[in-house]
Amino acid sequence: MFDISSFYEAKSVKDAIDALVRDPNAQIISGGTDVLIRVREGKDAGRSLVSIHNIRELKGVSLLENGDIRIGAGTAFTHITNDPLIQKYIPMLGEAVDTVGGPQIRNMGTIGGNICNGATSADSASTMWTLEAELVLEGPEGERKVPIHEFYTGPGRTVRDRCEVCKYFIIHKEADEGWYGQYIKYGKRKAMEIATLGCAVRVKLTEDKKRVADVRLGYGVAGPTPLRCRKAEELLKGCEVNDREAVSRFAKTALTEVNPRTSWRASKEFRLQLIEELAKRGFVAAVERAGGVIHA
Amino acid sequence: MLKIIHMKVNGKEQELAVDDRESLLDTLRNRLGLTSVKKGCEVGECGACTVLVDGEAIDSCIYLTMWADGKSIMTVEGLKGPNGELSPIQKAFIEEAAVQCGFCTPGLIMSAVEIVGTGKKYNREELRKLISGHLCRCTGYEKILNAMERIVDEVYRVSHQE
Repeated sequence: MFDISSFYEAKSVKDAIDALVRDPNAQIISGGTDVLIRVREGKDAGRSLVSIHNIRELKGVSLLENGDIRIGAGTAFTHITNDPLIQKYIPMLGEAVDTVGGPQIRNMGTIGGNICNGATSADSASTMWTLEAELVLEGPEGERKVPIHEFYTGPGRTVRDRCEVCKYFIIHKEADEGWYGQYIKYGKRKAMEIATLGCAVRVKLTEDKKRVADVRLGYGVAGPTPLRCRKAEELLKGCEVNDREAVSRFAKTALTEVNPRTSWRASKEFRLQLIEELAKRGFVAAVERAGGVIHA
Repeated sequence: MLKIIHMKVNGKEQELAVDDRESLLDTLRNRLGLTSVKKGCEVGECGACTVLVDGEAIDSCIYLTMWADGKSIMTVEGLKGPNGELSPIQKAFIEEAAVQCGFCTPGLIMSAVEIVGTGKKYNREELRKLISGHLCRCTGYEKILNAMERIVDEVYRVSHQE
């Protein structure tokens, strides 16, 4: 038996918001793979839970008329990975969420939970930053859109109000079209692991595939929240894909924009080494995916 | 608080009064006596409690029973044939000696049901990833992978005969 004071299964987003407003002790549970573990550990014991687990409108991936992609917050990781739209337009996201936990966890855990937990280690987060995803939240006062880079306020903290439900994510067409990317998760094990460091690189190449038209570099566990290294990105724009000096400057500059800490998983020094190295490896992989040729 | 739920368990409709704080693991073991579902870590790490919900493998220790309302659940008990025969997946585990203490076996078998059900062919490396949500402290996984490979190949061959 879980140590929770009450449980309510919401029938719709509106119903969930009403239930959250009624009970100031209530919090949302979606896939449950984090919340129920925190309850077990005693951290969230005694809370009441408002479940959005079975709300249909929160599930699934769809292509909007304007070419944007909409990902329901209640979509489980496995369903994202296997979704034909994700495979066609943003395979990198499908691969990133395929590194979460193990198969059973990926059948249960949702992308909304992964982001709304506010964890810097969330495997989807750095990729979502490089996709410039937008979150759509609904609360008692109505709906609002929050760009992902304005969502996080600290470790485990976000701008989401307790009574707000994250409904879906929008990946804008222009943030996706012509872009290719790679997520690299570094962990001690290949499965059932929380990232020691996560690095997401997306590139857009010029038509001749020789130069970087645009690039995005996102990290998880490189600071208290997921983050992007915009200075590093600026430096690499316009450079040749085989300009090794530029790529190494890109990776070095990233070091000035991060703030990793020492934890029981790894030291700050090791994380810094990973940040520099994975930026390079991620860039090479992203360029190759974009059809560019890297001379070894 | 006790609430009434309906779920199909191993093909049979069940109407149950359950506490809304209960895990599916506890409901299956304590209310329905389905003790193939093992209680291991209780935090979704070991995979011993794996069952299928609407065909998908989940850790029943961190799955609230309330979520199963209206869904279809399958455990190892549901695999047996009309005269109590073992399923081909169970036979593969026996033939490859993929069982030692047996605690992880029911969970692994349910994951195998999900994997085999896709009808796809997987190599050993892919199978390794697909069973990564299960801990086995006896076998070193080699025999388990042998059994998985065998059953995946068998089913693939049968389904692609024509």
